[in-house]
Amino acid sequence: MDIFANLAAGFGTALTPENLLFGLIGVVLGTAIGVLPGIGPALTISLLLPMTFGLNPTSAFIMFGGIYYGAMYGGSTTSILVKTPGESASVVTALEGYRMAMRGRGGAALATAAIGSFVAGTIATLGLMLLAKVLADFAVLIGAPEYFGIMLLALTAVTGLGGDSAPKAMFATMLGLGISMIGIDLQTGQARFTFGVPELLNGVEVVAAAVGLFAVGEVLWNSGTIKNSNDEVIKTIGTLMMSRDEWRRSIPSWIRGSILGFIVGVLPGAGATVATFLSYNLEKNSSKHPEEFGSGAIEGVAGPEAANNAAAGGAMVPLLALGIPGSGTTAVMLAALQQYGLNPGPLFFDKNPELVWGLIASLYIGNLLLLILNLPLVGVWIKMLDIPKPILFAGILMFAMVGVLVQNGGTADMLILIVLGILAFFMTRHGIPIAPAILGVVMGPLVEQEFRRALAIGRGDPTIFLQRPMAAFMLALCVISVLGPYLYSRLRKKA
Amino acid sequence: MKIHKPILITAATAALVLAACATPAPQAAKYPSKALTILAPANPGGGWDQTSRLMQKVLSEDKLVSVPVEVVNKGGAAGTIGLAEFVTKNKGDTHTIMTMGGVMVGGIHLNKSPVTLKETVPLARLTSEYLVVAVPANSKFQTLKDLLEAYKADPKSVVWGGGSAGGTDHVLVGLLSKAVGVGGDKINYVGYAGGGEAVAAVIGGQVTAGVSGFTEWNEQVKAGKMRFLAVSGEKKIAGDNTPTIKEAGYDVTISNWRGVVAAPGTDAATQKAIIDLLTKMRETKTWKETLEKNKWDDVFLPGDAYGKFLESEDKTFKDTLTAIGVLK
Repeated sequence: MDIFANLAAGFGTALTPENLLFGLIGVVLGTAIGVLPGIGPALTISLLLPMTFGLNPTSAFIMFGGIYYGAMYGGSTTSILVKTPGESASVVTALEGYRMAMRGRGGAALATAAIGSFVAGTIATLGLMLLAKVLADFAVLIGAPEYFGIMLLALTAVTGLGGDSAPKAMFATMLGLGISMIGIDLQTGQARFTFGVPELLNGVEVVAAAVGLFAVGEVLWNSGTIKNSNDEVIKTIGTLMMSRDEWRRSIPSWIRGSILGFIVGVLPGAGATVATFLSYNLEKNSSKHPEEFGSGAIEGVAGPEAANNAAAGGAMVPLLALGIPGSGTTAVMLAALQQYGLNPGPLFFDKNPELVWGLIASLYIGNLLLLILNLPLVGVWIKMLDIPKPILFAGILMFAMVGVLVQNGGTADMLILIVLGILAFFMTRHGIPIAPAILGVVMGPLVEQEFRRALAIGRGDPTIFLQRPMAAFMLALCVISVLGPYLYSRLRKKA
Repeated sequence: MKIHKPILITAATAALVLAACATPAPQAAKYPSKALTILAPANPGGGWDQTSRLMQKVLSEDKLVSVPVEVVNKGGAAGTIGLAEFVTKNKGDTHTIMTMGGVMVGGIHLNKSPVTLKETVPLARLTSEYLVVAVPANSKFQTLKDLLEAYKADPKSVVWGGGSAGGTDHVLVGLLSKAVGVGGDKINYVGYAGGGEAVAAVIGGQVTAGVSGFTEWNEQVKAGKMRFLAVSGEKKIAGDNTPTIKEAGYDVTISNWRGVVAAPGTDAATQKAIIDLLTKMRETKTWKETLEKNKWDDVFLPGDAYGKFLESEDKTFKDTLTAIGVLK
C-alpha cells in the first residue's frame, strides 16, 4: 500500500540521529512545560520559533510534535499528585487522580496515565495515517448545532461530580458558568462582568481558574485544618505500579478514551479539553463501579488521559489535511509552517510528503520516547508526596503563582488565582463541590457560543437542533446521560 | 519537579548562548543604545506577532542594530490590553516600540479603552493585508453581485461568518451592507474565534459567505474548496484574478493595515531615529521577500502623515461600528 511505503519513508526521515535528538528534546521540554501550570505547548513553540529559523522544517516539526505530546502527558503528573493541572486538558485527571493519590494509589494513577497516553498516541497516529483525508472532509460538516450538542454532553458530566447535594452542585455549576461569562463576548463584542477592569476583558483563563479553585483552594483548606504533627505521610498501598485488577479496568478505558479523543480532536471547534470531559462522562456511565467515581476510580484517569493525547493526534488531521488549525498549539504550528514558506492546505499531503510522513512517524517515536522517559520516573514523582505538608503546600502555591505569572507577564492572573483560591476555601467549608464549578468555567463559553452561533445559522429558529440528525442525536445522548443513571436505579429497585 | 529544573536551565542557557552568538559586534551608534523590545499586543501566531517577529529578524540578521532585539507578547482584547500596558508602564521608554493596526483602532472603541493611540507617538504604517469575501465551492453565488443582490432582496437569507464581532471582518460586512442598503439590525453575522473554525464553517457550508485575510484562505481556493468573490483592496492582488469590490460595482475598500508606534514621551529626535531605522528595514531584501510571500502590501507611511492617517481611521471605525450596532 501507498501509505505504508510513505510511512516507511517517514520513519527513514525521522530516525536520523539528528532528528531523534530533536524529538527527544521536544518530549523532555514538553513534559517539563506540561508540569508547569500556565506555560502551554503553544507558548513554548512560539518562543522557540526564532531559534528554529536555521533548522530544516522537518527537524523543527519533529521537535514541535514532541513538545505537543509531551505537554499532554506532563500536565497529568502534577494534576494527580498535587491537584495542580498544568494544562486545561489535565483538569479532569485531577478529579479521580488526586483521590487515587490520597488513597495511596498515586503510582497506579501515574502509570495508567503514562501507558494510556502511549496507547492513545499509537491509536491516534494510526488514525492520522489511515483516515486523515476522510475524517477531515467529515469534520467540516460539523457545524454549530452539532457542536452545541457535543459541548452540552460534556457539561452533563456534572451529574457525576456533584457529590451528595444536588442544589449545592447546581450552585457550583452556576458559579462556574458565571465566572466563564467574564470578558468580551465573541458574538457582539460587548464586555460582560468586567466592571471596567481592562485585565478582565480577556476573561478568566481556564488554567488559572482550575489551579486557583483546585490547587490554591486545597492548599488553603489543608493549611487551615493541618494537624501539628508532620509525620502524616501517604504510603503507597500495594504495588507501586498497577495491580492486575487495575490493568483489567484500565485497558477498555484507554481504548474508549483513545477513540473518543481522536474523533473529538479532529473537530476544529472542540479540542482536547472537551475530549477529556466527554471521556470522563463516558467512563462514569460505562463503569461497573460508578460509586467509586469521586473517590478515585482508575477509569476516570485512564480514559481522559488517553483522550487528551489522542486529541492532540486528532488535531493534526485538519492541520495537515486541510490547513485548518484545530487547537491553539496547531495554530502556532501553522504559523511556523508559514515561516518556512510552506502553506498548509488541502494539497499539503501531496506537495510535502517528506515533511508530513516524517512528522507522523516522529509523533509515533515521540510517544515511545515518552513512555520510556516517564514509566521509570513514576517512582521518583511519587516521592513528592513524602515532602512534609507545610513545605509541599508552600511549594505548590509558589509553583502555581510563577506559572500564571509567566503565562501573561502580569499580576492580574495572580490576583484571580488568589481570589478563586479563597472562594474555593469557603466552598469546601460549606460542603459545596469544586469540580462542577471548574466544569462550568471550562464548558460555559463553548456551550454558549455554539448555542448562539447555531441560532444565528438557523436564522433564529430553535428547531435547527432537531432538524439536523447529528445534533438531535447528541441532544438525545445528553438526556440519556442526565436521566439514565436515575432511571437505571429505579428499574433495578423494581426488579 | 526537581528532575526538570536542570533541563529547563540548560535549555535557557543554550538559548542565551545562541542569542549571544547571533548578535553582531557592537558598533558606535546613538540609537538604539540598549536592547530593543518590540511589544506585540497579541498572542503568538497572529498578524501582529508575525510582523513583530519579522522586524526582529530583519533588524538583527541584517545587522541594522547592534543590540539584542526581543519580542514580547501581551495579547488580548484586540490589543487594548497591550496598549494599556504600553502607555502606562513604558511611558518615556524610548527602547520599546509596539506593533498595532486597524484592529486595535476598532478595539479601542469597542472595549471603551481608557487609553487611546493619541497618547502614543506615531512611527510608521508598514504593511497592509486585504480581505476577501468567499463562498463554499458549491455555492450558487458566482460573483459578489449575485451574493449582494440576494442579500439586498432578503437580508435574512445570508449568514456571514468571520472573526470576532467588531473586528475588520465584521466591519467589511457592515460596509457591504450599507452599500446595498441593508440596515445594521438585519445583519446576521457569526463570529469565530480562531481562523480554523471560520475556514471550516465556510467550506462546510455552515455560513453563506465568509470574510477573512487573503493568504489565510488562498490555499483552500487553490484546492477547490472555496471560491473568492472579491478582494477589498484598491487593486487586484498580484498573481490573482479575483476582482476588487470596486470592480464588482460597490464603492467599498478596507484593509487590515499594521504599523508601529513609540511610547508616550518619546522626543522628536528619537522618533526620527526610529523612523530612519524602519526606513532602512523596509529596504532590505528579507523584508521585501517576506511581504511578497505573505501577500502583504508595502504601504509605508512615516511620521506625522501616519498620525493623520490614524485619526481618519479612528473616525471610519467609530462610524461603521456604530452603524452595524456594535457600538452604542
